[in-house]
Amino acid sequence: MANKVISQMGLPKSIANIFAARNILTSKDALSLTEFDLMELLDVGMSDVNSAVTHISEMTCPPYQTALSLMEERVQNEYLAGHLTTRLKGLDEALCGGVPFGALTELVGPSGIGKTQFCMKLALLAALPTACGGLNGRAIYIDVESKFSSRRLIEIGAESFPEVFQLERMAQEMAGRILVLRPTSFAEFTESLQQVKLSILQNQIKLLIIDSMAGFVSGENDRDMKAPKQHSLGWHISFIKSLAEFSRIPIVVTNQVRSQNCDELVQYPFQAENKHEIVKDPERLNSHLVAALGIHWAHAVTIRLVLESDSGQRYIKVAKSPISPPLAFPFIITSSGISLISDNGIEVKGPEIHSIHCQGFDDFLTSVGPSYNG
Amino acid sequence: MEVSSLPLSPTQRGKLISAGYTTRLSLSSVSPHQLAHDLNVPHEEAIEILKIALKNGKMGESNSTHSVVTGAQSAWDMLHEEDMMRRITTSCGDLDNILGGGISCKEVTEIGGVPGIGKTQLGIQLAVNVQIPVDYGGLGGKAVYIDTEGSFMVERVYQIAEACVANIMENHVPQRKDARVCQKTMQCNSFLENIFYFRICSYTEQIAVINYLDKFIEEHKDVKIVIIDSVTFHFRQDFDDWAQRTRVLSTMALKLMKLAKKFGLAVVLLNQVTNKVVEGSFQLSLALGDSWSHACTNRVILYWNGNQRYAYIDKSPSLRSASAPYSVTGKGIRDSTSHCKRTRMM
Repeated sequence: MANKVISQMGLPKSIANIFAARNILTSKDALSLTEFDLMELLDVGMSDVNSAVTHISEMTCPPYQTALSLMEERVQNEYLAGHLTTRLKGLDEALCGGVPFGALTELVGPSGIGKTQFCMKLALLAALPTACGGLNGRAIYIDVESKFSSRRLIEIGAESFPEVFQLERMAQEMAGRILVLRPTSFAEFTESLQQVKLSILQNQIKLLIIDSMAGFVSGENDRDMKAPKQHSLGWHISFIKSLAEFSRIPIVVTNQVRSQNCDELVQYPFQAENKHEIVKDPERLNSHLVAALGIHWAHAVTIRLVLESDSGQRYIKVAKSPISPPLAFPFIITSSGISLISDNGIEVKGPEIHSIHCQGFDDFLTSVGPSYNG
Repeated sequence: MEVSSLPLSPTQRGKLISAGYTTRLSLSSVSPHQLAHDLNVPHEEAIEILKIALKNGKMGESNSTHSVVTGAQSAWDMLHEEDMMRRITTSCGDLDNILGGGISCKEVTEIGGVPGIGKTQLGIQLAVNVQIPVDYGGLGGKAVYIDTEGSFMVERVYQIAEACVANIMENHVPQRKDARVCQKTMQCNSFLENIFYFRICSYTEQIAVINYLDKFIEEHKDVKIVIIDSVTFHFRQDFDDWAQRTRVLSTMALKLMKLAKKFGLAVVLLNQVTNKVVEGSFQLSLALGDSWSHACTNRVILYWNGNQRYAYIDKSPSLRSASAPYSVTGKGIRDSTSHCKRTRMM
C-alpha cells in the first residue's frame, strides 16, 4: 500500500495537482517528508498540507483487525496457522506443532552439527503425501554452500519413511518435488529469491529453505567491514519476512557461527558501571561462538533453533520463540537424519539458551564417517 | 520574533517580507484589510496569516509577559493530575515498583532489548493488562497493537489473556458479590476483541498509521495504550538518506507524544538493539541512533544478568534509575521467583 498513487486518492483537485507538479506521486513520496518539508516544497499553507497528509495517511493505512477476528480466521483456515511437523516429537510439542507457516525459522550451529541434515528432512516432509503427515507439495532448497546431497536425501527418506519409499517410483516422485537452486554469487542469490517469489504464487510450493543465509555475506565481505555487511542484507530480511507472511509457507534458513572477538562486549554501558552487580558467567566466556549474522538479523527471525554440542552430546535448543519455553533436546544423527534421544526437553535457564557450544563432537564424526558431515 | 520563523508557505513569507512585514510585531497592529491590500492577497488569506502570527506569538511572548499564559498548567495541578493518572501494570511486582506502579499513561515509553529477551511478550502482556476492568483496579481500556515484524502470535495472546482472567478471578472473587455479572465481561474473547491489530509492511505504512491514529482514537475513545512492535524494523532497512531518516523519526516521535497527551494514553515503543563502537570496543545500545534517544520520555532496557532477566530504567524524568528482575512464564510476564520459571506447555 506504500505505493498508492496520490492522484487516485480523491484529494481536492487543486492540491492533488500541486503534489503531481512537484513529482510527489505516491504516498511513500509524501509521507517520507515531514509536514514542514512538504510546505516548503509545495508552497501551500500549513492547514492544506495537514489535511492532505491526514487524507493520504488514512488511505495508505492498512485496515485493522481485532485479535479475536485474527484468531477466528486462523481457526477457520488451517493453512493460515498450520505447522510443518518435524517428526521429532518433543520439538514438535515445544513448537506447538512444528515449524509454523508464515514465519521465519532459523537454524544456527557450527559446521557439521546437522543443520543441513535437518533441512533435508524438512524438505522431504514437505514433499510427502498428506496421508503420511506431509504437506504434499514442492519444496525449494536454495543451496548456497553446495552442501545438499541428493543421495543422502534419498537415504534419509528411505530410512525414515520406508512405507512411502518402498512403493514403486515413489522415491523419484518425492525427490522430484524438491527443487534445488545453487546460486553462485550474491547477485544471483538475490535474483533467485525474486524468482522464487513468483513461482511460490503459481506452483504448489509448501516450503522454502535457504542453506545458508550467511554463506555469501561472510564469504564476500571482509570481517572488518561490519557495517556494510549488516546493511547489505537489509533488503533480504524484509523480503524474506514478507514472503513468508503473504504466501503463508514456512521458511527455514540456516546461519553459520563465527568466533567472537575478545573485545566484543555484550553489555550495555550502564552494566559496565555497576560491575559488582554482574554475575560472572564462566560458561559464557568459554564459548567463543556467536551466530555469523549479527544482532540485526537475530531480531528479524521469529524462531531460532540453536544446534550445538556440549561435552560430546549434541543438543537442539529453542532459543527464541514467541510461544515456546526455552528447552534443549539432546539428539543424535543417524542414517534417518536427526533423532531426539529424549522427547522431554531440558529446561535451560537464562541466556545460556542462546550460547553455542562446540565441544567434542569431532570424535563422533570420525567414528561415523564423513558422509554425515553437514 | 521573525516572520521567517512562522509556519507560512514560502510565497506568503516572501510577500510579507517584500511588503515590509519582517517581524511579528509589525503584524500585530495591522488590520486584515490593510494586510490584504499590502500583500495583494485575498481577504481570507490575510486573516489566515494574522491568525497564525497571533497564535505563534502567544507562545513566544510567554516569558516576557507577567500575565498567566493560556494553555499552561501549574506544577501543582500537574502533580494532582499525575496522582490521578492510572498506570498499567506489567504483572510483575518488581517491575511495577521501579516504574512507579506500571507503565504510565500520557507518556511515551520505549522498551528495548536483545532478541528473545521478551519485548514482544511484554507488549502483549500490556495489551491484555490495559483491559483489566476498573472494578479490579485496572483501566478497562482497549489496546492498539501495531505489528511491524509479524511476531504477534494470537495463540500467545490467548494464553496470556486466559491467565490474566484466572488471576483476577482468584484474587477478587471472594470480596465481590456481583462477580457473576463481571464474569460475563471477563471472557477471554472479549479481551481479544479489544485489541486492534495493525500489520505494517513498510515504513510508509508505519507513518500513515501513526497519522491515522489521531482519527482512529477519536472514534475509539477507550483506547488506553498504543504499542508499536517494533518501531525500528522498517526504518533499519529501507532508508538510504540518514538525515532524512532522523527527521522523519523525530516527527513521528512528536506525533506519538502529542497523541499520548491528547488522549491520555500510554504509548509503548519496542526497540531493537545494535552494536555500537565506543572507543574501539563494542557495546550494546538501542537502535535508531542518538537523536532518537531523545524522543521518548522513558526508556527501559531489558537485559540478561546471569541467568535472570532484568529491566533497567535507562532514562526517565521522574523515576530513579534502578533495575528489577522479571521472568517470562507460560502465563506471561511475572515476578521472578528462583524456581517456577517457565512452565512447560503441552
